[in-house]
Amino acid sequence: MQRTIARNIMLHYPKKLTEKPIISNLIKNYDLTMNISRARIDQDEEGTLVIEISGVKENIDAGLKYLTDIGITYKPVSKVIARDDERCTHCSACTVICPTGALLIEDRSTMFVNFIQDKCIACGLCIPACPYQAMEMYE
Amino acid sequence: MAKTIQEINERIKNEKAVVFTAEEIIPYVEEKGYKKAAREVDVVTTGTFSPMCSSGAFLNFGHSAPRMKIQNAWLNDVPAYGGLAACDVYIGATQIPDEDPANKIYPGRFKYGGGYVIEELIDGKDITLKATSYGTDCYPRKELQTTINIKDLNQAYLVNPRNAYQNYNVAVNLSSRVIYTYLGVLQPGMGNANFSSAGQLSPLLNDPYYRTIGIGTRIFLGGSVGYVIWEGTQHNPTARRGKTGVPTEGAGTISVAGDMKNMSTRYVKGVSMLGYGVSLSMGIGIPIPIIDEEMISFVSIKDEDIYAPVIDYSSSYPKRENDILTELNYRDLRSGVATIREEKVPTASISSYPMAREIAQTLKNWIATGKFQLTEKVAPLPGVESGQTFKSLEIKTKR
Repeated sequence: MQRTIARNIMLHYPKKLTEKPIISNLIKNYDLTMNISRARIDQDEEGTLVIEISGVKENIDAGLKYLTDIGITYKPVSKVIARDDERCTHCSACTVICPTGALLIEDRSTMFVNFIQDKCIACGLCIPACPYQAMEMYE
Repeated sequence: MAKTIQEINERIKNEKAVVFTAEEIIPYVEEKGYKKAAREVDVVTTGTFSPMCSSGAFLNFGHSAPRMKIQNAWLNDVPAYGGLAACDVYIGATQIPDEDPANKIYPGRFKYGGGYVIEELIDGKDITLKATSYGTDCYPRKELQTTINIKDLNQAYLVNPRNAYQNYNVAVNLSSRVIYTYLGVLQPGMGNANFSSAGQLSPLLNDPYYRTIGIGTRIFLGGSVGYVIWEGTQHNPTARRGKTGVPTEGAGTISVAGDMKNMSTRYVKGVSMLGYGVSLSMGIGIPIPIIDEEMISFVSIKDEDIYAPVIDYSSSYPKRENDILTELNYRDLRSGVATIREEKVPTASISSYPMAREIAQTLKNWIATGKFQLTEKVAPLPGVESGQTFKSLEIKTKR
């Protein structure tokens, strides 16, 4: 019998997929168990989900392929994005690139760009988009 | 009641000058009115911080032994222009290393270039200098390789031919693929609208007809003191102007110069625009003397009264058609969402408003504490009456 393994991943749902029963498909069709550690899904917005998937390796691989096929991007959560506050000038170029709203201006009177680690799915799009190389990815 | 710059400087010297930033002056004028505010306020400070590609530095290394007439030079592998006297070079902000793949791997990452060399020089880092030449009787050396440091250079000063653009385009992308521009990454189908101006804080928008800003004006440049030395390239005083006289498109520009040895990397930063290239972000602040009521009316301009043209950078801009989709004001642009062709479009700025504010505040403190005196311009920038326009290049060959 194959050994059960677990992987932590962070999923990003585009708008059009937030109403699909993706998690239940993963459980039913790929014989995986899920432990949802963080979820942020809104009917009008995009969604992010941090889950621990457990199952045999080939089922996990097949499940992840299913995610890719239907247009969901995912990243291992071991990757973390950090901002170098010495280099960030709060220009806001990143705010229209970040797909999850982790980089945004919360207070329009200060115009400071906030980086909300909780919302970040470590997709890495901000790294080349930042003119000042303020965004970095760590394993 | 008119004030002279001499009178204002006397008050600055005695630390009695009344100074506001171009943002703080808005509610003040609303409360007091033009007449009273013009009487009470001496100086209004402006600020801007943004990539400004027409920037660069003159460096003098001193002479090697034996001497060399440097013809080709590289600073950390970035080519510098050597077509000057023996050991002078000019390093431009947008220059990239010879071996940089540029956009051969699209979109190019542009990890290093002239802007970064300038930032590292100011930061006090050692820079590798390589140079070649053909050799003469008086300058026999044909090549050299060494390291240089700003503290050992005879001169290191910025001479930026075009900075502080008075207003700028808002870029959108009407095509169906992502495009990479000097105004940032533009998502297809008008996924975002990017702009780059400090708006109500921006220097030339607070002196729209260049009444006080001219050749010889002392300014905040890169964290230190610099000067306006000439009109900037592409200076266009006859650009379209709105009802208040404020340009509604790119208009005036200035050339500036200043000693790099006193500058700070907080206000001079190398930048890389994905798929576009390397540049230099400059922090500039200009004091506006409130010599009369007209100047107080100019400096009280608000973001909502300054308009910028929205242009499609996927087609209209590269073809030089410059069709204007609509005009947006900076209050709406800074709100994060603007309406273009009845669509709500997320907006982002390439210039930093918080840095612009910090620069205006810093300059205000310098003036309020008597550390920075104003100068009278020694010659004006070409104004509307000059009739000067921004001409285009016509291609006269068949190709």
